[in-house]
Amino acid sequence: MKLFDYFKRPRTAPVARERLQILLAHERAVSGKSDLIAILQDEIMAVIAKHFPVEQDGIKVKMERGEVISTLEVEIDIPTPMCPKFPLPEKPAPGEPACAEGVAEAAEAET
Amino acid sequence: MAKVLVVTSGKGGVGKTTSTAALGAALATAGKKVVLVDFDVGLRNLDLVMGAERRVVYDLINVVQGDAKLAQALIRDKRVPELHLLPASQTRDKDALTEDGVSRVIAELREKFDWVICDSPAGIERGATLAKRHADVALIVTNPEVSSVRDSDRMIGLLDSKTEKAEKGERVEKHLLITRFDAARAGRGEMLNVEDVLEILSIPLLGIIPESFEVLRASNLGSPVTLNNPLSAPARAYFDAAKRLNGEALDMTIPSDRKGLFGMLFGRRAA
Repeated sequence: MKLFDYFKRPRTAPVARERLQILLAHERAVSGKSDLIAILQDEIMAVIAKHFPVEQDGIKVKMERGEVISTLEVEIDIPTPMCPKFPLPEKPAPGEPACAEGVAEAAEAET
Repeated sequence: MAKVLVVTSGKGGVGKTTSTAALGAALATAGKKVVLVDFDVGLRNLDLVMGAERRVVYDLINVVQGDAKLAQALIRDKRVPELHLLPASQTRDKDALTEDGVSRVIAELREKFDWVICDSPAGIERGATLAKRHADVALIVTNPEVSSVRDSDRMIGLLDSKTEKAEKGERVEKHLLITRFDAARAGRGEMLNVEDVLEILSIPLLGIIPESFEVLRASNLGSPVTLNNPLSAPARAYFDAAKRLNGEALDMTIPSDRKGLFGMLFGRRAA
């Protein structure tokens, strides 16, 4: 039996090939996506910066890919004193500083 | 029209320096003016593989920083007239390579040579980025092994985004060189075969270099394998790859050193 096993060594290359195909399909999707998000972040930043002095890390861009629709979530933090045109609401809800945490956009795009 | 070729891989130890030396020597033997540029600052080895380690006076960093003229730093090969080496610095830091300095040196080399072959360091850090930055053609060196193939895939992605050509909306011409290939093991299903690697990476194949003791023998002696034993299997594979780089269409073969029974009984290699 053992001698027979010796002659019938398992073929490992097909396993390597399959593992690589799965891994690289995933890695290519991730790196392609993060590129797009980086571009969006820069461009949104440029538009917002025309009107408010925002910090580079004050913009968070997130994309979630669903089967039917994908969502693009953009969250921009603007320092309160910098947006005088939008007065604070009379009673800001607790734990939710009004102008400071302006969720600017939550767009939905079809895949 | 000069061509700038970067030899890259992502993963270390797959044969970038060996391939740079072997292809450079093959192109120079065919009458092309060739310069090999070592970008592996701090861990230079191309000088050693070329057998020029005791002739280094000035290096790439000296030229980039303007401390030496290009002509002072170029080392002329003693075996092939049109083969030159621009060594990397062994003592300096890779941060000494400035982007402007590198573009200036590459532009100057383009005027003097037919082929400027840049030996990239492993990894995706500064040295590797600068080595591929000005490339017209990229050679991705891959072993038929999972980690090497994965890193090559990453490097192909970077060549499509982080080069001068990519930024201008053009494409860097990419070729795959499979090294350390063992046809017998691939045939038994113990090693990824050429089709597997090509299907996964989907870039055109420039050549298949068989696993061979001739490669180590040549580097021990400080001679590119294409000069040390031009008739050996890896040397023949490199000569074919060099011809394809020059635009010749050749059938893809995997040269073999294996001798028949007669060769095994009577064959003594002339060393």
